[in-house]
Amino acid sequence: MAAFLVRRTIGAILVLVAVTFFVFVIFIVVPGGDPAERIAGKNATPQNIENIRHDWGFDRPFYVQYYKMMEKMATGSLVSYTSQQNVVQQIEQGMPATFSLSIGAGVIWLFFGILVGVISAISAGKFSDRAITVLALVGVSLPIFWLGIVTRYYLAEGGLTSFFPDGEYVPLTDNPAQWFFHLILPWTVLAVGFIGFYGRVLRGNVLDTSNEDYVRTAKAKGLPPKRIMRKHILRLSLIPIITLFGLDFAGVLGGGAILTETVFDLHGVGQYAAQSINNFDLPPIMGVTLYGAMFIVVFSVFVDLLYAYLDPRIRPT
Amino acid sequence: MAQQATEGEFTLDTAAVLAAGEPASAIRGRSPWYLAWRRLRRNYVAFFFLGLFILICVACLLAPVYAKHVAGTGPNQQHVLENVRVNGKLVPVVSSGGIVNGKLTSAIPIGPTWFSGGGKFVLGADAIGRDVAVRLLYGGRTSLFIGIVSSLICTFFAVILALLAAYYGGWGDFTITRFFDLMYAFPVILLGIALGSALAINGFHHWGINIQSGSIWIPTFVISYVLVAYVGRPLRGQVLSLRQKEFIEASIAQGASPFRVMFIELLPNIMSSVLVFFTLIIATNILLESALSFLGAGVQPPTASWGTQIADGQDLIVTRPWLSLAPGIMIVLTVVALNVFGDGLRDALDPRAKVRIQR
Amino acid sequence: MAETLLQVKDLKVQFATEDGMVKAVDGVSFELERGKVLGIVGESGSGKSVTAMTLMGLTGGVNSRFEGEILYKGTDLLTLSDDQMQQYRGPELGMIFQDPMTSLNPVYRIGDQIAEAIRTHEKIDKRGAKNRSVELLRAVGIPNPEARVDDFPHQFSGGMRQRAMIAMALSCNPDLLIADEPTTALDVTIQAQIIELIGRLKDDFNSAVIMITHDLGVVADIADEIIVMYAGQVVEQASTRDLFYDPQHPYTWGLLGSIPRLDRPRPDRLHSIKGSPPSLINLPQGCAFRPRCQHAFNRCMERPALESHLDVATHLDRCWLDVPYKRSHRDETISGATEAA
Repeated sequence: MAAFLVRRTIGAILVLVAVTFFVFVIFIVVPGGDPAERIAGKNATPQNIENIRHDWGFDRPFYVQYYKMMEKMATGSLVSYTSQQNVVQQIEQGMPATFSLSIGAGVIWLFFGILVGVISAISAGKFSDRAITVLALVGVSLPIFWLGIVTRYYLAEGGLTSFFPDGEYVPLTDNPAQWFFHLILPWTVLAVGFIGFYGRVLRGNVLDTSNEDYVRTAKAKGLPPKRIMRKHILRLSLIPIITLFGLDFAGVLGGGAILTETVFDLHGVGQYAAQSINNFDLPPIMGVTLYGAMFIVVFSVFVDLLYAYLDPRIRPT
Repeated sequence: MAQQATEGEFTLDTAAVLAAGEPASAIRGRSPWYLAWRRLRRNYVAFFFLGLFILICVACLLAPVYAKHVAGTGPNQQHVLENVRVNGKLVPVVSSGGIVNGKLTSAIPIGPTWFSGGGKFVLGADAIGRDVAVRLLYGGRTSLFIGIVSSLICTFFAVILALLAAYYGGWGDFTITRFFDLMYAFPVILLGIALGSALAINGFHHWGINIQSGSIWIPTFVISYVLVAYVGRPLRGQVLSLRQKEFIEASIAQGASPFRVMFIELLPNIMSSVLVFFTLIIATNILLESALSFLGAGVQPPTASWGTQIADGQDLIVTRPWLSLAPGIMIVLTVVALNVFGDGLRDALDPRAKVRIQR
Repeated sequence: MAETLLQVKDLKVQFATEDGMVKAVDGVSFELERGKVLGIVGESGSGKSVTAMTLMGLTGGVNSRFEGEILYKGTDLLTLSDDQMQQYRGPELGMIFQDPMTSLNPVYRIGDQIAEAIRTHEKIDKRGAKNRSVELLRAVGIPNPEARVDDFPHQFSGGMRQRAMIAMALSCNPDLLIADEPTTALDVTIQAQIIELIGRLKDDFNSAVIMITHDLGVVADIADEIIVMYAGQVVEQASTRDLFYDPQHPYTWGLLGSIPRLDRPRPDRLHSIKGSPPSLINLPQGCAFRPRCQHAFNRCMERPALESHLDVATHLDRCWLDVPYKRSHRDETISGATEAA
């Protein structure tokens, strides 16, 4: 097991290195035009551009450029020239909001996704299954940002009612009740698509697993149906769900909930990236992209370990 | 070999002679595609939604017709200072702001006229006086184009990569798999934003290809690229398990070229997955495009797309909700239609489909 | 005095499909006494597995239609609900399946899976159940059962997995064990061991066994009575000795002839029964085997009844040919002297 952990960790580090290189390629190499101008952003004076060109090494070979970019990332000195702010600091400021949103939504969508999937599978073919399937299909077809806008309009800005707060994030330490109240709508909006998706995946898994030979054996042993469902079918069906969740959760933690954050004005990490887009301000986008990838890579290692624990066939040698 | 027996009461005919005189009782073999088609045919719901999708596509294709003959304006024409006759009354397209009844109000565009304006501004106008309905249809063209074309490109490359990786194994497989892993490491939307915004500034000018920054080919390629790994990795898994099967070994042993093995032996066997992926990825791509355009990293103004329309309508949501509602509803309808049909397709192609009750 | 455990009377099982009604089992009847072994032989699609699964109540579904009776210790199992059947599975009826690899849950330990069966039907604590599991593993011949009881299925070899399945099926002391092709997925060398094990356990537990297989060689040694099935019908039914020494149905001859024999002169070609089994939706008119039978004649257009044409009342067959003809013509097929045209 220890060897497996070491191997996976080394693999993860290699992936991270590849990720940084890839970020470098996306932002510096691929687009046409002058990288220095691009990084300098709007409102840059020719002097700024020259400074940046020198500071980032655009007048030197590409490996120097890569090195300089990595140096900035590693030392936390990546700076947005448009807003004159340190990217890393801005990310740190956005983390509480992003974490609050992600953790709350994650709990909701995991719980309800499993619930919906199980109900749907157990009553397969009957009305409740069909109804759930329809709802789930609609749920995964909604653009999240549109759902957020519409929800905000109807429930917070007077469309139907103004009961809910109109966006903004209240830190937990300031006022727990308001923190919660302000997050209800964002949590729901973010969770809807996932619930629909997970419900359908779980339903498919349960139906497939029900046809497996070992379920037939369990019946032949005379086990009661509830036990068969719980211990044999669900146990196996949930394994892929857990691994999916690990990666999706990592994604939203890393700023992947950019749309929900933006629509509800939560000023999290994702929104920081979104705002930078409007200004075509690249350094923050670079920073957040790297930040997000980091979460996913780290979580992947944990997910692999968890998977091995849950499925003995995969136990590493 | 007819035998005329000499034993007592009966005569012998061979089984062959007897069988020739009666209808076949053998089990009829049918190809999996025929069986799948038969299953799909019964799925009225799936076909209804396919029809819906086609209807939406046709409506958007007819955008120029609508623009010319019904609304009398194009998607980018601004009518800020004009008036339009609604129910006989002359109404400004965009009412001027200033002090109204003692309160400072901002300029509000006209709301939906629902054909009482003679076909103009059926769904109202946006903040700079453009006809929303016209933009909706033109925006649909953009979004559907990007969705379908990017799905084609994405699926095409995913299939090629999956076949190459699984067939050749070794270093080729290693590289391609690492590439997939690398793509999986990024949250999809962040990667889309990163590429989209980086390319939106200056366009793409490498290897002889020149794409300007406003072109819709940029979001098309960005979206295709971002999702290649999500189609490629599952397909590679499928091809890998096929690769082990004996009919592939037999084919190689008979001297089949790599091209033949990949495209004539392996590919048809994953075709059903490819079809399902293709359909469902169109839905994903439409959603992704709308998200990127909404954020400004996809389709660039002034080109209309459902995503940019939603973004444009955001500020006026309280007074003119239709500006953002209409494009969103179109997206939902299109994506639901694709998802339902894709599901039906998957059920029809799945060989483990449950036995149906005889009617 | 042997007690009659099972009486199957004219069992019919049909499945409604979009292509038509599949007559999977078309009138099977037999009796089984405690301590006896019944072999059910036939090729794929003959209805032998469906018969077995129906005994266990595992073929119920929206599309299934049943007729006839399955009297186990006097109770008609076909009339029982699934909840009631569940009481029988384990303590009264045990079943082992063809593929031991997929028939065991991969994420639970072998010992836990056996203990699960025990604890469902008996009030016994975990330690007691585990001890029983160890003893059961020992009884089926697993070496070092105290350690192996905590292994996962993928850590067992194929033969050992099948032994574990047998242990699991016998864990609650059922009086009837149904073995559905227990050796098909195993090496030939292991086959003999498993068959011998089943025979021994039958004696130890004084239970009855139904052995389902497509291989006559498998049942030759262990079965007391054999039923040969074709296209959902019983075509011959006899004691093992009678079946092998005086087979009465052309299909049985075909089966016997297909067995490669070391103790006979090598034929030019190994006999194979030409043609393929019929569609169970559109059975041929008359005798189901007629299209493939080289001895078929005009009376075969009428479906024969299953009856005894010999002095031995227990030897039944479904064929119009008369006995002298059969006895003089069957060796062609069985010894494989010539290949039928």
